[in-house]
Amino acid sequence: MSAELPLIGDYSTPSTEISGARIGVVTFPGTLDDRDAARAVRAAGAEAVSLWHADTDLQDVDAVVIPGGFSYGDYLRAGAISRFAPMMAKIADAANSDAKLPVLGICNGFQILTESHLLPGSMIKNDHLKFICRDQLLRVENNQTAWTNGFEAGQEITIVLKNQDGQYVADEKVLDELEAENRIAFSYVGWNPNGSRRSIAGVSNKAGNVVGLMPHPEHAIEAGFGPDHRGTDGLAFFTSVLTHLVGGKK
Amino acid sequence: MPRIVVDVMLKPEILDPQGKAIAGALPRLGFTSFEAVRQGKRFELSVDGEVTEEILAQAREAAETLLSNPVIEDVVNVEVVED
Repeated sequence: MSAELPLIGDYSTPSTEISGARIGVVTFPGTLDDRDAARAVRAAGAEAVSLWHADTDLQDVDAVVIPGGFSYGDYLRAGAISRFAPMMAKIADAANSDAKLPVLGICNGFQILTESHLLPGSMIKNDHLKFICRDQLLRVENNQTAWTNGFEAGQEITIVLKNQDGQYVADEKVLDELEAENRIAFSYVGWNPNGSRRSIAGVSNKAGNVVGLMPHPEHAIEAGFGPDHRGTDGLAFFTSVLTHLVGGKK
Repeated sequence: MPRIVVDVMLKPEILDPQGKAIAGALPRLGFTSFEAVRQGKRFELSVDGEVTEEILAQAREAAETLLSNPVIEDVVNVEVVED
């Protein structure tokens, strides 16, 4: 990819190294952002593969995105029912295997990953009890994961935040561990939009292949449509995993 | 038909934003005696026939795996209610 930011979309052919990567996008009943996530995967230069929650075939994908929405209407707890989908069992096995399948959970996808205990902590209702939708400034705290290696450490990015249950909670011991192990992937900058402990917007597992965050990178991948009508900060999530897959930076 | 009642509450150390909002509304209606409110969930699992120890054990396991998330919630009560 060109080092310079294009004023409009960069339509140059992706480098041959990354072409051929297959990234699965899981759809549950009530998922909303699977189409946008698949579009982001394609914009990054990979093939998007639709995965259905009730299936058990991962179709040899190289990575998986669990997109946002309201799977099962957020009934019981956000992500609580989806977590037991047959496809989730396959994804959990692959994420924990030696192959360390890269998995990105966005919003409801993040909630599904915490309910699955693939990521620590949990999300409860925003402290102000309102649904919130805004362009959100984040700081990339850890650029050593499969999904963040395209960012600079400490880089500030703007992507969309939109949720009701976005308040990240975990006990103090877990929070201390996350900090000590550099597993806080993203923090909210400025106003904490939902009361999340230590302003945490996203975390990773120990190996760095599983990342979850509340804001939506897939809505900020194309010039003209992202935050402020120009933001493309989300695209690097999807190009990062391709770099990771070809054995580039971790 | 007997029912197994399962009560789930947010852990004491987890802030309960909904309970807080309810606590704020009470005094506006003249209910001024309550210091705090915490909101929980009650599940009723109906059983066709007698509730055996095995069925009760299943209910306890379901309470810990699906009905509650041990990261943020406690199962505070599992009891059989005969109708």
